[in-house]
Amino acid sequence: MSTDTTPAVGPVEGGHVHDVDNPAPLIEPPRKRTGRTPRSTRGNFEMAAWLFMRLSGVVLVVLVIGHLLIQLVLDGGVSKIGFAFVAGRWASPFWQVWDLLMLWLAMLHGANGLRTVINDYAERPTTRLWLKGLLYTATVFTILLGTLVIFTFDPNIR
Amino acid sequence: MATPVMDKAEATAKTDASPYITVTFRIRRFNPEVSEHAVWEDFPVEIDPKERVLDGLHKIKWDVDGTLTFRRSCAHGICGSDAMRINGKNRLACKTLIKDINPEKPITVEAIKGLTVLKDLVVDMEPFFQAYRDVMPFLVTKGNEPTRERLQSAEDRERFDDTTKCILCAACTSSCPVFWNDGQYFGPAAIVNAHRFIFDSRDDAGEQRLEILNDKDGVWRCRTTFNCTDACPRGIEVTKAIQEVKRALITRRF
Ligand code: HEM
Ligand code: SF4
Ligand code: FES
Repeated sequence: MSTDTTPAVGPVEGGHVHDVDNPAPLIEPPRKRTGRTPRSTRGNFEMAAWLFMRLSGVVLVVLVIGHLLIQLVLDGGVSKIGFAFVAGRWASPFWQVWDLLMLWLAMLHGANGLRTVINDYAERPTTRLWLKGLLYTATVFTILLGTLVIFTFDPNIR
Repeated sequence: MATPVMDKAEATAKTDASPYITVTFRIRRFNPEVSEHAVWEDFPVEIDPKERVLDGLHKIKWDVDGTLTFRRSCAHGICGSDAMRINGKNRLACKTLIKDINPEKPITVEAIKGLTVLKDLVVDMEPFFQAYRDVMPFLVTKGNEPTRERLQSAEDRERFDDTTKCILCAACTSSCPVFWNDGQYFGPAAIVNAHRFIFDSRDDAGEQRLEILNDKDGVWRCRTTFNCTDACPRGIEVTKAIQEVKRALITRRF
């Protein structure tokens, strides 16, 4: 902690480069808000996305906790998991629907959550575009692959 | 500083002693006519801890360094011009007592965040007021004007009482991390002032304001961080007001 009275503001390296006629650039916020921004958007996608996060969250509590219990805790825990266990579960449409629902909800929920995080943290429009492109590609790929596996799973494969 | 044991004699001796203590004000200075960098500068100030941060700034500006630049008008928490980041928290300098923010350590004072710094503690408030104007912060009515005043029941008035207290100091909006990112989010203050009219039974443009806040950068960007509620010098429950607007948007009941 310094307590000397000499002002710390002084020539920064190499004397005054800026003066009244040649002021330094102002310290800008990331992006300015003007009369024309933000552009209004039609429809209420953002409201739907917000609602979806809460509703899918509620359903996910049941699905995920149930999933964790069955897979990791009950009936011998992780050690019982194997091809036969998965084949046995997916023989029932109930578990197929359970897993399908969990896959879709968790993926869409997680993807939308990350979309929010990107909106909050990425400053440059190009960065946003790339990150979201990557996110959506990965999401669609995972959802489609997972769905394909659940529906085409063949217990007699060798 | 204080001795743990203090007998009567000492206590009376204390009362004659000077109430002044030396407090270090560590101020983030920026002057575009000198440098493009902001610098922290320390000012030791003799001050009574029962005085306010604003008094300290006055002492510096009036007696030590006249170039120190900040906004203030009323000096009594009414005009909302002296919101600044004091010890990392947005407050009004005129409502912050030195004794309440640990004067034993340097007190840091800097401009509020998320807005362009023009000089020292002065920021460009235009984007903030643009968002305010965008929510139409004025009474809009339909039909014929009543011949006498527009009557309102005490309960109807109570509905939006909290949000009438806003003094537009920007402490809330400039404490919001979502606003910091790109400055496009309407921000808590604009939503508070929209709330004040949306829930006013005399007003007829609630739907219109809700539609404005349903925007991509409207209420749905709020992440319930509660920074705004913590920052508000008027004690407005800012986050609650934002949630009420969200609820009104979903139920269309207000
Ligand atoms: C278990 C039940 C779950 C509940 C109740 C739940 C609830 C929520 C809610 C309400 C939000 C929105 C927060 C906000 O808008 O500020 C959210 C965000 C998020 N969720 Fe979930 N969620 C659950 C499971 C999951 C799962 C399984 C994933 C991963 C696939 C996930 C990933 C995310 C992400 C990435 C975010 C965004 C992070 C953020 O907003 O800070 N959640 N969750
Ligand atoms: S809501 Fe509170 S913090 Fe925000 S501008 Fe109004 S008075 Fe200031
Ligand atoms: S100077 Fe008016 S609110 Fe502080």
